Amino acid sequence: MATKMTGAQIIVEALKREGVEIIFGYPGGAVIDIYDELYRTPEIKHVLVRHEQGATHAADGLARSTGKVGVCLVTSGPGATNTVTGIATAYMDSIPLVVLTGQVPTKLIGNDAFQEVDITGITRPCTKHNFLVKRVEDLAWTLKAAFHIARTGRPGPVLVDLPKDVQQAKTEFHWPEEIRLRSYNPVYEPNKRQVEKAYRLLEASTRPVILVGGGVIASGAHEEVRELAELLHIPVTMTLMGLGGFPGTHEYSLGMLGMHGTYYANMAVANSDLIIAVGARFDDRVTGKVDAFAPMAKIVHIDIDPTSIQKNVRVDVPIVGDCKRSLARLLEIIKEVGRPSKLWKEQFKEWWEQIDIWKRRYPLTYKQDGNHIKPQFVIEKLYELTKGEAIVCTEVGQNQMWTAQFYKFDKPRTLLSSGGLGTMGYGFPAAIGAQMANPDKLVLDIAGDGSIQMNIQEMATAMDQRLPIKVIILNNGYLGMVRQWQELFYDRRYSAVQFATIPDFVKLAEAYGAVGFRATKPEEVEPTLKKALETNNLVLVDIHIAPEEGVFPMVPAGRATTEMILV
Amino acid sequence: MERKHTLSVLVENTPGALARIVGLFSGRGFNIDSLCVAETLDPTLSHLTLVTHGDDMIIEQIIKQLRRLIDVYKVVDVTEEGEFVEREMALIKVRAEKETRAEVLRMCDIFRCKVVDVSPRTYTVEVTGPESKIQAVIELLKPIGIKEIVRTGLIAMKREKKTT
Repeated sequence: MATKMTGAQIIVEALKREGVEIIFGYPGGAVIDIYDELYRTPEIKHVLVRHEQGATHAADGLARSTGKVGVCLVTSGPGATNTVTGIATAYMDSIPLVVLTGQVPTKLIGNDAFQEVDITGITRPCTKHNFLVKRVEDLAWTLKAAFHIARTGRPGPVLVDLPKDVQQAKTEFHWPEEIRLRSYNPVYEPNKRQVEKAYRLLEASTRPVILVGGGVIASGAHEEVRELAELLHIPVTMTLMGLGGFPGTHEYSLGMLGMHGTYYANMAVANSDLIIAVGARFDDRVTGKVDAFAPMAKIVHIDIDPTSIQKNVRVDVPIVGDCKRSLARLLEIIKEVGRPSKLWKEQFKEWWEQIDIWKRRYPLTYKQDGNHIKPQFVIEKLYELTKGEAIVCTEVGQNQMWTAQFYKFDKPRTLLSSGGLGTMGYGFPAAIGAQMANPDKLVLDIAGDGSIQMNIQEMATAMDQRLPIKVIILNNGYLGMVRQWQELFYDRRYSAVQFATIPDFVKLAEAYGAVGFRATKPEEVEPTLKKALETNNLVLVDIHIAPEEGVFPMVPAGRATTEMILV
Repeated sequence: MERKHTLSVLVENTPGALARIVGLFSGRGFNIDSLCVAETLDPTLSHLTLVTHGDDMIIEQIIKQLRRLIDVYKVVDVTEEGEFVEREMALIKVRAEKETRAEVLRMCDIFRCKVVDVSPRTYTVEVTGPESKIQAVIELLKPIGIKEIVRTGLIAMKREKKTT
């Protein structure tokens, strides 16, 4: 007979059985019992954050950089509500998280008890699924189900709400090694016929483009994408979430497409006759005006989530399945048919000639002015000095777009950025999660002076854990992306985009025991970045950039992607 | 083209499952024309009949989004599945003064409605049938004076094949 365990013991045991080594959290009255159990569990490293939002982003950073499920633990009420932004961020980008929230005892639920909030109600629209565990007997199964749901199919965050009396009650522990849910069976294997149809479209096409989305990274399909592109000589463009899913330095890479995509990526997509979209969901930042999106193209759409297909654009060949397996199947067919690579090259020769014209006409570029530090130059230097091998987190706004444009991501899971929700304050705590999970790698957070202040309190967490993260603040004294819109579309009425007070980031770093550097002239950039990268400590680098530099190309919101404002 | 669709949904009989479905419709701006929920033979599953409308792409999204919910076991678009039986019930409290009492009863007779409650000034009429019939009864009783209506919302079931 199994010995009886408390709910808190079961929770910690479940984490161990799921192979969880690091969790991020913040204690409180409703989770004291779990914390008491963690006190006795050295196998699980608990990272005490300074704000629960930081815990969720850190768990998310761990998940994105490793592919594992990120876990965080917070108390009821405000502890739980503080996780909502982090959960929604993970949900929009399909990142597997398990969020454990304390809850008031079951008898008090619904009574407006102290620190009570209906967190399953609040997070229902921004979790893949959530649970309120009312009986200790259901606990082991529920936790197993939570991890299973989070990591399978299209991954996503799962919240488990844990009333205090359930944590204290005792029951026999039975761990289900496998779990089957009758209502949840994601489809991994693609329909063979559909893949054959996709192949036939490829044979008939003269102007194809492969569009790589975040699903390529989630399913680990980057090798298959590369093989397909190289075998058939097809250009590849990536969404923000897809960067790293195909080498950015590859001769077939067109870089990112969409609102701040390259001229040639947007032109190629707009003029293509076939788009092979892999794990992308045709977000409005990618399509621009939907009616004008790739008007001549047939679309093959591979996605594990059927709801992504035919949601925003009409699709000719939907393929529901895992990106990796679907591409593997397509590659099998290509090899079975055995058309020589030369023939494919010939077929797309004119297409490449056209693309090369676009590439030469408007390469991704910026103007140096000699006086100001250009942010693009900073990113280029960072890329050079880190040899493109860092894990790069970004905040949201101009800093994010410049990074996406000028840092060439060759490997998956090296760019961690809030794509769907666009969460300012994401990057720094995500860097903490990434650095915890990848102690030997260089982790950067590229930030703006606005967004870094949204979770600046996590400086203390990074210092606690002695994490040598390098935060590069592109400081233009503005909420730059909004300012750019105001400049272009609101007659330069700069409403509420300038902080009257910006802290001295060098002193701020020092106040936390970290190291601060500053660069204000172009010639200072390289030596300052070098110093920062050589410092084995948390570093804030305050780089004063050209205040009114914009991100270009830019497709104005709601316009066709061919209507780009260029530099 | 906008069209009415009747969806038959089997869902885990767990707390929150219905909230998830309703939340999905409000969150994504889909319409619910009517909704009917009850237990099935299997007490762990609830059956839900949902009437909605939209163009083909919207309906496709609604069905896919419903299927994506972890608690949803099965979704059938009854409207696309060929012939089906649909029924709705309404209770209609209608003014029945001296001069109209007979008229109301006559109407009930024609539509095979039942009078389920009587007061000196009202009849409460129970009417069952497809939506069109309910609508017809309501239209005919309106001039007499309807005081209150409660409708169940539609339930539907696929017809079996008539030949073996």
